[in-house]
Amino acid sequence: MRHVRAFGAFWWDFIVGDDWVVAAGVAAGLGLTAFLANRDIAAWWVLPLAVVAVLVVSLRRATRS
Amino acid sequence: MAHGIFLFFTTFLASGVEAVEALTIVLVRGWRSTLIGVGVAGLVLGVVVAVLGPALRLIPIGTLRLVVGALLLVFGLQWLRKAILRSSGYKALHDENAAFREEQEAAASATRVERAGMDWYSFTIAFKGVLLEGLEVVFIVVTFGAAQGRLPLAAAAAVAAVLAVAIVGVLVRAPLERVPENTIKFAVGLALTTFGIFWGGEGAGVSWPGSDLAILAILAFLAVVSFVLVRQLRRERIAALPAEAGA
Repeated sequence: MRHVRAFGAFWWDFIVGDDWVVAAGVAAGLGLTAFLANRDIAAWWVLPLAVVAVLVVSLRRATRS
Repeated sequence: MAHGIFLFFTTFLASGVEAVEALTIVLVRGWRSTLIGVGVAGLVLGVVVAVLGPALRLIPIGTLRLVVGALLLVFGLQWLRKAILRSSGYKALHDENAAFREEQEAAASATRVERAGMDWYSFTIAFKGVLLEGLEVVFIVVTFGAAQGRLPLAAAAAVAAVLAVAIVGVLVRAPLERVPENTIKFAVGLALTTFGIFWGGEGAGVSWPGSDLAILAILAFLAVVSFVLVRQLRRERIAALPAEAGA
């Protein structure tokens, strides 16, 4: 059990990294892009803006901690 | 062609900067056990590339680009975030000499375990260091290479970077503290995030205005945003200094 937990912790740290907001923001941005694109709505602008929003929020969290 | 050049330089720089960090760990102890540790870790990483690369080709290109885009975005944003924090002074710049001294102190306080002519401490340090630093590079190489169908080119760039760092490391026998690591990490973070947005978007069903030219527009946009964020954070940090000193 300890090894499974350590294995999970390694991958969480590897993928999610220092701030979970980054991974959550990326997932939300991709989800919204797919949602709009599947309804034939232009969605190319979503990811660039999502990335800026994620960066700003994550940097704010880092500088205030 | 432009994709290929982008791919080569991004994987070359990402691999090179991780190899510099791995070299610092490797230089701490004697060469024989260390080199065996490096070799075994390299072998494990090579197997991961050999298994993951062809396996990814079985996934439909749309799904692959969505997954690869998501991974590149997560990795790229982590690199970019750290590079912005370092450039604005909120995070200390990575100092290979300081890292080398820390590793040396840790090695000096460790018990020497020798069996079968091997220094197992050196082996473990080298193996772990190269494996952990290399795993992120492997993911970048495999995802980048697979999304463009150019895995051999991405792998060649990574091997070239590791060889270049190894040769310089053997020649100078010291940590490569003059390598501008943060600038390289900034560039890699920008490139990974750019391709993450482009491929992630394509995988999610987006048609980019201007097709491949959108890559350059995204890169320019991210560079400007990062520059503005660095300046803003630097200004805020400096403005907060007198208040902190007076408190």
